[in-house]
Amino acid sequence: MITIIRKELADYFTSIRCFILFLLVVVASAVALYAAQQGIRVANTESGFIFMGLFTVGETMSLANFIALLVPVIGIALGFDAINNERSTGTLNRILSQPIYRDSVINGKFLAGMITLAIMIFAAMLLVAGYGLRMIGVPPGAEEIIRLFIYFVAVVIYGAFWMGLAILFSILSRSLAISLLCPLAIWILLGIPVSVFNPYIEFIVPAISNSMGTALMLLRISPYWLFAESTTALLDPLFKGMGMFTSDMTGMLLLRPLSLDQSLLVVWPQLTALICLTVICFAVSYVVFMRQEIRAT
Amino acid sequence: MEKKTVLETRDLTKKYDGTTVVDRLNLHVAENEVFGLLGPNGAGKTTTILMLLGLTEPASGSARVFGFDSTREPLKVKRLTGYLPERLGFYDNLTARQNLRFIAWLNNMGDEEAERQIDHVLEAVGLAEKADTAVRKLSRGMKQRLGIADVLVKKPRLAILDEPTAGLDPEGINQILDLIAGLPKMDTTVVMCSHRLYEVQRICHSIAILAEGKLIVEGDLDALGRDALAGGRYRIEVETDGASPQLVEVIGQISGVINVEAAGNFLHVTTDSDLRAAISKAVVNSGVALIQMKVQEFSLDDIYKKYFQEG
Repeated sequence: MITIIRKELADYFTSIRCFILFLLVVVASAVALYAAQQGIRVANTESGFIFMGLFTVGETMSLANFIALLVPVIGIALGFDAINNERSTGTLNRILSQPIYRDSVINGKFLAGMITLAIMIFAAMLLVAGYGLRMIGVPPGAEEIIRLFIYFVAVVIYGAFWMGLAILFSILSRSLAISLLCPLAIWILLGIPVSVFNPYIEFIVPAISNSMGTALMLLRISPYWLFAESTTALLDPLFKGMGMFTSDMTGMLLLRPLSLDQSLLVVWPQLTALICLTVICFAVSYVVFMRQEIRAT
Repeated sequence: MEKKTVLETRDLTKKYDGTTVVDRLNLHVAENEVFGLLGPNGAGKTTTILMLLGLTEPASGSARVFGFDSTREPLKVKRLTGYLPERLGFYDNLTARQNLRFIAWLNNMGDEEAERQIDHVLEAVGLAEKADTAVRKLSRGMKQRLGIADVLVKKPRLAILDEPTAGLDPEGINQILDLIAGLPKMDTTVVMCSHRLYEVQRICHSIAILAEGKLIVEGDLDALGRDALAGGRYRIEVETDGASPQLVEVIGQISGVINVEAAGNFLHVTTDSDLRAAISKAVVNSGVALIQMKVQEFSLDDIYKKYFQEG
């Protein structure tokens, strides 16, 4: 399996696809950094987490927004041709006739993709952190570093979910176009603000749209939403969770940052659900791949 | 001494969506021989190979390679077996050497051993100077040869080659056939699928013919050839400088001779065994000069035709 990871990584790093993705990440970081520079002075820094503002502050797009947008694209781009490309070029047969377990092929590909993804995100964050440090001159506190690290892990898991989904489609479909478009379609569908659907939901089941709790529960099926919630809580210590307070109550809330463990407590369910979705996605791919026939065509 | 059997299938059966693709197949391949697997397209050859390697599960029956069950212990089978698929694919962006290195690594070869072995097999298939060329720049024939190198790089005890000469020019075909024919000496048994009968005839010791998933015939190539040509007998052609009726009679009396036909200066003798020595003696003793004598050759075409006409 190590051999497969090694080969896949070598493939990724020499591919034009990865170069473009890296470029995209660098550009996004630069834009986000500029936005942060513009906004960080006027931003609410009462919480005392100035350094983290580099990632969250921005007129239109902060780095966190950019990453939330980019990571699914990167994940899908890394995974959509994992299996069916090998199948159509005939290399899958060749590899599988070597003395390796079949699952090490899919494990190797998944892990190599995760490593690539992690390197990209890590690079983007370091880039922003480094230049940001020069810019604002405020070093990050220990808590900030831990928060950012957990955020990084969450991003990688989120990316892994999309990659797993793309790999699943690359196992199911022999056509590259389908395995690219299906996960993209799902991504776009999940990304549409739920408010668009509200009228329809109201029409079908009038009761639930009125209840904030049910609406939230529906929202939380989507990895998109789970990720948004968990990163907000991780990067913004003032965030105290969704759906626990009605709008007239929020005025009464103290503007005190939550401590790290309290923030974690807020997003623990979301993070768990996200990991769970990723694992389910991978497990389904795994089972389908193991059971698939290598047919003589 | 009977040769060891390296590959054996027992009532091997495969069904795809209700259609039987391979039907109760019983094959035996002896050690260090070249075994030809013949049959029209769709006869189930490739499916059989996939089952031998444990890539596809049989519906029933079993296959054993070197005594390992292909379905239960595919890893052990694959460690000893090299497989050249019909539609072989390489990583186009990697060089020939990198492609082979990946396979060598997957077979747990050490770096040094792998490099030595890669040089060796590239030399053997005549691709030594293309070692560091990206595979996408290689011609169809070169890729085919690289495919053979790919099989040999893991030093297999059994090489399963599906159409090894597809897409090669005549010179390339000869080169590859010579290479394959030399494998048994290096302790590698070969199972080869091909449509080109003369190739199979040239290098195979035994063959099996499949049609619609069923085994039509299996056995030693020479025996099958005689079978197809003269119902299992030898046909010996004798050319003399003047055949006389007495000579026909004399030869007819040799024990084992079944029939003698004279046609001008030629005598066609049908016998149970190779009686060339006895016949030549008889001819010379009768005072007639013997010009030449040979056992009539069969071609695999005859075998193929026979079974497909009968089938």
